[in-house]
Amino acid sequence: MQWEVVIGLEIHTQLATQSKIFSGSATTFGSEPNTQASLVDLGMPGVLPVLNQEAARMACMFGLAIDAEIGPRNVFARKNYFYPDLPKGYQISQMDLPIVGKGHLDIALEDGTIKRIGVTRAHLEEDAGKSLHEDFNGATGIDLNRAGTPLLEIVSEPDMRSAKEAVAYVKAIHALVRYLGICDGNMAEGSLRCDCNVSIRPKGQSEFGTRCEIKNVNSFRFIERAINSEVQRQIELIEDGGKVIQETRLYDPNKDETRSMRSKEEANDYRYFPDPDLLPVVIEPALLESIRAALPELPTQKVERFQQQYGLSAYDANVLAASREQADYFEQVVKIGGDAKLAANWVMVELGSLLNKLGVEIDQAPVSAEQLGGMLLRIRDNTISGKIAKTVFEAMAAGEGDADAIIDSKGLKQVTDSGAIESMLDEMLAANAEQVEQYRAADEAKRGKMFGFFVGQAMKASKGKANPAQVNQLLKAKLEG
Amino acid sequence: MHQLTLAEIARGLADKSFSAEELTTTLLARINSLDPQLNSFITVTDELAVQQARAADARRAAGESGALLGAPIAHKDLFCTQGVRTSCASKMLDNFTAPYDATVVAKLAAAGMVTLGKTNMDEFAMGSANESSHYGAVKNPWNLEHVPGGSSGGSAAAVAARLTPVATGTDTGGSIRQPAALTSLTGLKPTYGRVSRWGMIAYASSLDQGGPMARTAEDCALLLQGMAGFDANDSTSIDEPVPDYSASLNASLQGLRIGIPKEYFGAGLDPRIAEQVQASIQELQKLGAVIKEISLPNMQHAIAAYYVIAPAEASSNLSRFDGVRFGYRCDNPKDLTDLYKRSRGEGFGVEVQRRIMVGAYALSAGYYDAYYLKAQKIRRLIKNDFMAAFEGVDLILGPTTPNLAWKLGAKGNDPVAAYLEDVYTITANLAGLPGLSMPAGFVDGLPVGVQLLAPYFQEARLLNVAHRYQQVTDWHTRAPNGF
Repeated sequence: MQWEVVIGLEIHTQLATQSKIFSGSATTFGSEPNTQASLVDLGMPGVLPVLNQEAARMACMFGLAIDAEIGPRNVFARKNYFYPDLPKGYQISQMDLPIVGKGHLDIALEDGTIKRIGVTRAHLEEDAGKSLHEDFNGATGIDLNRAGTPLLEIVSEPDMRSAKEAVAYVKAIHALVRYLGICDGNMAEGSLRCDCNVSIRPKGQSEFGTRCEIKNVNSFRFIERAINSEVQRQIELIEDGGKVIQETRLYDPNKDETRSMRSKEEANDYRYFPDPDLLPVVIEPALLESIRAALPELPTQKVERFQQQYGLSAYDANVLAASREQADYFEQVVKIGGDAKLAANWVMVELGSLLNKLGVEIDQAPVSAEQLGGMLLRIRDNTISGKIAKTVFEAMAAGEGDADAIIDSKGLKQVTDSGAIESMLDEMLAANAEQVEQYRAADEAKRGKMFGFFVGQAMKASKGKANPAQVNQLLKAKLEG
Repeated sequence: MHQLTLAEIARGLADKSFSAEELTTTLLARINSLDPQLNSFITVTDELAVQQARAADARRAAGESGALLGAPIAHKDLFCTQGVRTSCASKMLDNFTAPYDATVVAKLAAAGMVTLGKTNMDEFAMGSANESSHYGAVKNPWNLEHVPGGSSGGSAAAVAARLTPVATGTDTGGSIRQPAALTSLTGLKPTYGRVSRWGMIAYASSLDQGGPMARTAEDCALLLQGMAGFDANDSTSIDEPVPDYSASLNASLQGLRIGIPKEYFGAGLDPRIAEQVQASIQELQKLGAVIKEISLPNMQHAIAAYYVIAPAEASSNLSRFDGVRFGYRCDNPKDLTDLYKRSRGEGFGVEVQRRIMVGAYALSAGYYDAYYLKAQKIRRLIKNDFMAAFEGVDLILGPTTPNLAWKLGAKGNDPVAAYLEDVYTITANLAGLPGLSMPAGFVDGLPVGVQLLAPYFQEARLLNVAHRYQQVTDWHTRAPNGF
């Protein structure tokens, strides 16, 4: 049986507001437990919530960026359930009238095609606190620093058909919220978390299969692995004659499997109703227009511009625009170094692998965009070759200074004096007289291969500093002549 | 000195006939000797009161003035008072010391008022007899075998017994106006959003409103002046200018159109109360008011709607009392569920548990539309009735309660009978309108109240009419025997 996978995602993004969604407490991550919990966050008797307008503004930015309708009058509702890290016994969320309605986002698939993913809605809500189960002699500790942190929950349509598509979508959302500056995107700290709804159906069937929800997956890699292992579980279950039960599951990355958390029957009745402590949020058209006017350039707009302005391929443009920081870095390199294609290559290949090796993001790159741009200038004016440039780049990464200083101090300046190159070549050829004879006796096809040997010897003799084009030209003349 | 009204106290303090400290110690002594009969205070804040009185005297000596400077007050025990137990008359909060002041408390303290203590009430403001308090029932000073009404029964009894000149109350379905009526006080429920709810422990958020309880309309005007105003901490508080409530007290009633809803005089109303209400109408006519019969056709649905909406909100508002962070926690919980069940089962009284259950049921999946949404529709209809009525009249008048204060325990086993006592008051809460109850006579030695309702933010009109009425009647000046 051929199975089709159907995936819908709920992504919780922590909005990067200075203070919480309904109180004035700070939202800094990693503070001492309960030092960022005010009377409101503690759910003290008699306290009341007041909406942080900044959270609503950020939600509108997101809505405009995915071409969604913005609820002109959206309503906060209470989701009632008991849990120790939920101080009021209810979470303030949005139910019937969310701030962001239907929208969509385009993602680039590996085969180069573009797929449009529907966004059902996005709503504002407050985060809960954290239960700490260790170090309390068998009891549970509660840290309410996170309680009341603003979240935008982005709910997609069940439009994804593979784990890879799901990851591409999450990455696109991740890039978008970072472009907008409304979320720091730090998945390790829980700033962006994902619930994956997964079902399978026989290929060609139009009804959906029964879905399972995998809760709280917090890395791109785990999203892919969790979905794949859940798909495998469902296929095996059905092919063994079983049935998928609608339930909530947890992914265990150590065992690479999902396991049941609670079934639909055990699910809470949240008894949603409009929160009487908060007025409906009215978004005036004028406010919306001012938010729209202040939107930064979005990823898709940037990809298009990179292709037109710099003549980059669609692939290169997509890779470079994947994060706002990388795109900015690239443009700074181009501004100084001048050659966009050369800059694109250096940023994607050499810088990319350096960052990978160091395991850091581009905003912590040991080579600044200014340094890299400066080095590209030296490649372009033939001061150094592309090969020597790698040495210079490594030295810059090691903190040895700017390209010019390194070229000077290490004596890496390219040799372009024909006389000097010629005498070096003569010396080299004399030392390899036997090969020279063989070369001269060989036919055209063999000569091609042997020529490379001489070039290599020449570059080695010059410690890589001889201008490669001149070496080629002079060497050819000498061997043929 | 205890017979003085707030206005008289203001004059006495201003002309130095007595000091705030003298007045405060007099009243504290009075509370000490008389309150055991009434049980109107849960906490008496002696030390705080004397401190505040001395501070007020010092401020006055330094040249400050103000009608509230040095005047005593008692707060219903659901207004948070920093450093003082704030119990909501519940075992659940018996151990709860508020870490902050409610806006109302803070504003009145800043104006120099002296807090004598925290008054008894129905547990979490749920009740109309003040019998559901964890600290025991409150007695009506007019007849100690009768209830004072509720839920602000402690505030009502304390003011009626001259233990304090004024007190704060809160009104969710009539909890200021009904006890005011049953104890011969003037009590005002302001427009929803007029007085901040910050620090006022919630029963039903969309209906709760704090307000003044006093013997006279003049005193209510002075106290409301100190309580009202926009508060950025309360999203439902309304940013409307606060008028000078005392300035218009004496305005003429000539030509004032008063509507009498025919539905207020149907079955269920004690005919002796109806008689007193008719007499008050005649007095107002003599003052120049024009009487018109009106209709509020959806009033019959009000109790049903109220007893869905209020419990629904309460079921959620009271979820925070879970034994985790503050308040009562059961002994030796064996797990989390046990902690929740026993802390709440042991910490809440019967009426509170009943309303939580009713409310949770009304909000449940499958019942929400039939109950909660239907109730909200009725609420809109009731509001529309009032809007239509106020196109033809300036004020609406009727009885505050269908019955006189009943005997303690008389309705203890019949919650529905008790709920029916709110029939005339809850529509103002559902519509968010201001309402006032004023003393209008006695039947068998028990007080009768007349209720006035006005359009939004027309508290000044209510106070004006009540004040003019009090210029030609003396019901409000009578004191219960022994007090």
